[in-house]
Amino acid sequence: MGNFVIYKTVLASCILILSLLVAMYSTLIERKVAGFLQDRLGPDRAGPWGLFQPLADGIKLFFKEEFMPNTADKFLYILGPSLTMLIALLTSAAIPWGSDLVINGKSYPLQVADINIGILYIFAIVSIGVYGIMIGGWASNNKYALLGAIRASSQMISYELAMSLSIISVVMMTGSLSLKDIVEQQHGLNWNIWYQPFAFLIFLVCAFAECNRSPFDLPECETELVGGYHTEYSSMKLGFYLFAEYINMFISAAVMATLFFGGYNFPFMDKLVVSPNIMALIGFLVLFGKITFLGFVFMWVRWTLPRFRYDQLMRLGWKSLIPLAILNVVITGIVILIK
Amino acid sequence: MQAISNRSKIVSNKKMSFWEKIYLPAVLNGMRITFSHFFTKKATIRYPEKKREFSEIYRGLHVLKRDEEGRERCTACGLCAVACPAEAITMVADERKPGEEDLYREEKYASLYEINMLRCIFCGLCEEACPKEAIFLTKRIVPSDYEREGFIFGKEKLLEPIDPDKRIDVSKRETKAVLEFKKDKTKKHNL
Repeated sequence: MGNFVIYKTVLASCILILSLLVAMYSTLIERKVAGFLQDRLGPDRAGPWGLFQPLADGIKLFFKEEFMPNTADKFLYILGPSLTMLIALLTSAAIPWGSDLVINGKSYPLQVADINIGILYIFAIVSIGVYGIMIGGWASNNKYALLGAIRASSQMISYELAMSLSIISVVMMTGSLSLKDIVEQQHGLNWNIWYQPFAFLIFLVCAFAECNRSPFDLPECETELVGGYHTEYSSMKLGFYLFAEYINMFISAAVMATLFFGGYNFPFMDKLVVSPNIMALIGFLVLFGKITFLGFVFMWVRWTLPRFRYDQLMRLGWKSLIPLAILNVVITGIVILIK
Repeated sequence: MQAISNRSKIVSNKKMSFWEKIYLPAVLNGMRITFSHFFTKKATIRYPEKKREFSEIYRGLHVLKRDEEGRERCTACGLCAVACPAEAITMVADERKPGEEDLYREEKYASLYEINMLRCIFCGLCEEACPKEAIFLTKRIVPSDYEREGFIFGKEKLLEPIDPDKRIDVSKRETKAVLEFKKDKTKKHNL
C-alpha cells in the first residue's frame, strides 16, 4: 500500500511538472511557429534560439504590478485564475501515458487514475473550466471582461455538446468509457482515426473552441474586447490564465492522441522485443510525438484562420456540428448492428 | 461607371456552393499556404550578429573631412546649410587666429557645426553643395538614442580623427561626375 501511494505521488508530480514545462515551452514554440509562418524568425534574443524566453516571460509576469480594480469582488477575483489553473491540471490524471512499468516483478500502470469512466471524468472537469473564466470575468466588474466571459461560457457550453456526441461513436466501438481500454484496443496501427475520421474532425473543431483557441478565440478577442475575461488581470493572475490555456491545449492534444491516434501504440510494436520498461518509455515518447504534432496543428490553424463572428460560431456549433455528430453516432450504430 | 484602374472586382452575393459552405477545402488550402511559408527565406535577420550588406555609396551618417595634413576642410561658407531641404544644418563661422594654421585649412572655419539627425533626410545635397569637399555621407548608421538632444551631432561627433589610419574612406562617394563638376569654375560656388 505504501509503495502504491509513493508511486502514485511520484507519477502525479512528474505529470504535473511535465504539463507545466510543456505549457511553458508551448508559449515559445507558439511564437516561433507564428514567426516562421509569417516569414520571421521569432524570439531568439534570450539564450540560444530563444530557449530562455519562457523563463524571461515568467520572471516578467512575476514582477509586474499586482493590480486589482477596487470595485472587484476580491474573493472571486482571486478564485477565477486559481480555478482555471486547477482544472487545467486536473485533467491529465486520467490519461494513460504509456504501457505498464515493471519494477521488482510488480507492474505499475503509467496512469495516475485508471477510472472506468475516464472520458466522462475528463469532460466533467473540462466543463467546470468554464467557471474559472466566468467567475474571473464577473468578478472584474468590467463590461469587456463580462462580455468576454459570457461569450466564453456560451461558446464552451455549445461546443461541449458536439464534442461529447462525437466521442460517443468511439465509445460505442470500444464498448468502454475507460481511456486505458480505448488505448489498448488501438493496438499497433488499429487506430480509431481510420474508423472515425468524421468524429475526429468534429472533436478537433470542438477542441479549438473549448480551448478558446483561434479561430474561436472570441472570449479574448483583442480587437473588440480589449482582452476579454482577463482584461482586468495583471501579474501572475494573468499568467495563470494564459498558462492554463496552454496546459489545456496540451491536455486536449493528449486526449485526441489517446482517443484517435492510438495513444502510446505505434505500428509494428509487437515485432519489437524489449523489456516492458523500455517499451513503456518508447510508448511514452511516441505519445509525446503525437501530442507535439497535434499541438503544432493547434498553432498552425491559429496562424492561418481569421476569427469567426459570434453568430457564425453559434451557427457552426448548433446547426452543423451537433447534427453531424448525431448522424455519425447513428451511422456507427447501424454499422455495428450489421456487423 | 468608367473603371479607372481596371482592378475593381464586381461584388456578387451569390449563394455559396456546398464545398464553399463546409469551409474545409478553403481551410486546408490556407493551411497549405501558411505551411509553405514555414520554409521560405525569412525576411528578418538576427540583427546585431548579422548585418545587411550596404551599398558602397550608402548615404548614412555624415563625416567632416580633414585634409592630408589633418586640417579641417570646412570654411563655414554655409552652402550646405542653404542646400539642405530639411534645414538640419546650422553653423557659426569664426576667424582663424595666428598659430591655428595646423588646425584649419583656411582663414575662416566653423567654430560650431551641428546637424540635427532627426531632421536630416540623408539626401546628400550638402555633400553636393560643398565646394571644399568637407562633408560626405558615409556607410555608417546614425546610432539610436533615448533623448532628442542626442541626435544633434556637433563637430566632436562629425569630424573624422586626425590619425591617418583612422580616417574615414569616402572615395566611393567621390564619383567622377561630382569631381568633374567641382572643377567647373563657371559655377559660382566652385570659385
